Amino acid sequence: MNSGGMNSRIGCIAFNTFREAVRDRVLYNLIAFALLLSGAAILVGQISIDIERLVVVNLGLTAVSLFGVVIAIFIGIGLVSKEIDKRTLYTVLSRPVRRWEFVVGKFFGLTGTLVVNTFLMAIGVFLALLYVAHKFEKTDGWVLVALYFIVLQFLIVCALALFFSSFSTPLMSAVFTFALFVIGSLAEDLRGLARITHGIGAWIATAVAYVVPNFSALNVISQVAHGDAVPGRLILYNSLYALLYSAMAISGAVLIFQRRNLK
Amino acid sequence: MRMTATRRVNLVAGAVLLFSMAGAMATLHVIDRLRRRSIAQQALYVRSSKALRRMSLGYTGLMADIYWTRAVQYFGEQHLRRTGDFRLLAPLLQITTELDPKLWPAYEFGANFLAPKPPGGAGLPEAALALIQYGIEHNPNQWRLYYNLGFLYYLELKDYPHAADAFKQGAALPVTHPFMAILAAQMSQHAGEFDTARMLWVTAYQNTREELIRQNAVDHLLALQVDEEVTRLEQVVERYREQRGRLPVTMGDLERTGFIRGTPVDPKGHPYKLMPDGRIEVQDPQNIYFITKGLPPGAEPPQRPHETPPASK
Repeated sequence: MNSGGMNSRIGCIAFNTFREAVRDRVLYNLIAFALLLSGAAILVGQISIDIERLVVVNLGLTAVSLFGVVIAIFIGIGLVSKEIDKRTLYTVLSRPVRRWEFVVGKFFGLTGTLVVNTFLMAIGVFLALLYVAHKFEKTDGWVLVALYFIVLQFLIVCALALFFSSFSTPLMSAVFTFALFVIGSLAEDLRGLARITHGIGAWIATAVAYVVPNFSALNVISQVAHGDAVPGRLILYNSLYALLYSAMAISGAVLIFQRRNLK
Repeated sequence: MRMTATRRVNLVAGAVLLFSMAGAMATLHVIDRLRRRSIAQQALYVRSSKALRRMSLGYTGLMADIYWTRAVQYFGEQHLRRTGDFRLLAPLLQITTELDPKLWPAYEFGANFLAPKPPGGAGLPEAALALIQYGIEHNPNQWRLYYNLGFLYYLELKDYPHAADAFKQGAALPVTHPFMAILAAQMSQHAGEFDTARMLWVTAYQNTREELIRQNAVDHLLALQVDEEVTRLEQVVERYREQRGRLPVTMGDLERTGFIRGTPVDPKGHPYKLMPDGRIEVQDPQNIYFITKGLPPGAEPPQRPHETPPASK
């Protein structure tokens, strides 16, 4: 099997995953998002003073993040189990498709779905911003960085959901992934705790703080809402971190899926 | 052939897993340093406890615990960095206590972070006062809060009548500690005396299991001992001058003429130094924290080094 064929097989699986997600009406969340954002933009302007832009950025980006995480978890956990339940996995694997290609293809398909979803939501955020502020400001550019970090967040969540779904039931995979998302969002406090703890507690806290995904560094929503800049080095290292962490989780998923008895 | 391909995939996946795990941890370490560096400029974006209460979906206890932890970490971080910038401390404590008004450690320790002068604390005694008063408003039967209030008035604000009043109110509670009444009486009559200060630090020591606070109380008790001995020795020197018409040259002069017995030493075992102008100084002022007497002219009272967050009490 040559690398061109491998790429096309992964691409095919990814595209089918994306198509299936669209067919499952995943993008319907955009309607809820649009209603939420336009409602907030209009309402806050009437009941508050001088925080319209702030609310649109905070609420908009938080919604992009949470909607995406929910989609990533609930689609990610079913990517493998659904194929097994429907017995379509056997059809796929009976063709010259390797198990690892299936896992990687599924990962790219899901992240592709989320990137498209985020792109559409980002348009909504910027339209709402334009509505409340009547013009774009230079600092609005940092909103794009926050959106990019959200996409990085999705990479990790998708990889984790896929990892758990490679050996666990959909329900437990959802619980594990969501729990890691919550813990990872508090990672900064966890590392702070590790710094002020002594002895064995410090070792355990440090180990946990480094193993769980660090979502707190990927969350710059409050910062960009206030127009604060995001350091270039943080963008670089966050990108690297998200890629490495996703690669780690996907490798784990591949290793488990390779050994899994599918009979 | 099939086995070989599977093994190859396993090997590659295993290698990628290990490499990416190590890489992710190393990158996280760098991110951590980057983010910690910017902590000095960090802002507290949500300043409204009401908003936080709503955002926490009713889990205000947990939210208060998180904010209290944030306050402790913020204080520790700024303290270690010696930035002297504690702008967020009062708002963090305010949010914490508004989310959970019964979180009394936040009042007790928070006031001790806020009140002392930098570098030991934030140098905001008025904010500490407001915090404890808010605590008393919501926990009127907590004698410890009155104790903290009295301590704050006594130590940081030097307001002895209010200190006495706070101890008196604490002593009048249905559930209180016996020493509150003694402190109230002592404060009313002998506020500026060494014995009063000693009594307060002894009660501070006895009243906590926190090692940092106990160590701090011990440091203050040793400092009081030095302050008292230096005051007494300077009085002896003055008496010598009055009787002999000149200042003693060495401690030996005082000993030989019967003004003192033996060579007086500080709590670290070093003999006190008699200066040419008749003042008494300790040999190593940096090793006895919080002393106000026995220091070279113009020297600041030495503080405990910064490896751990302090507490003034």
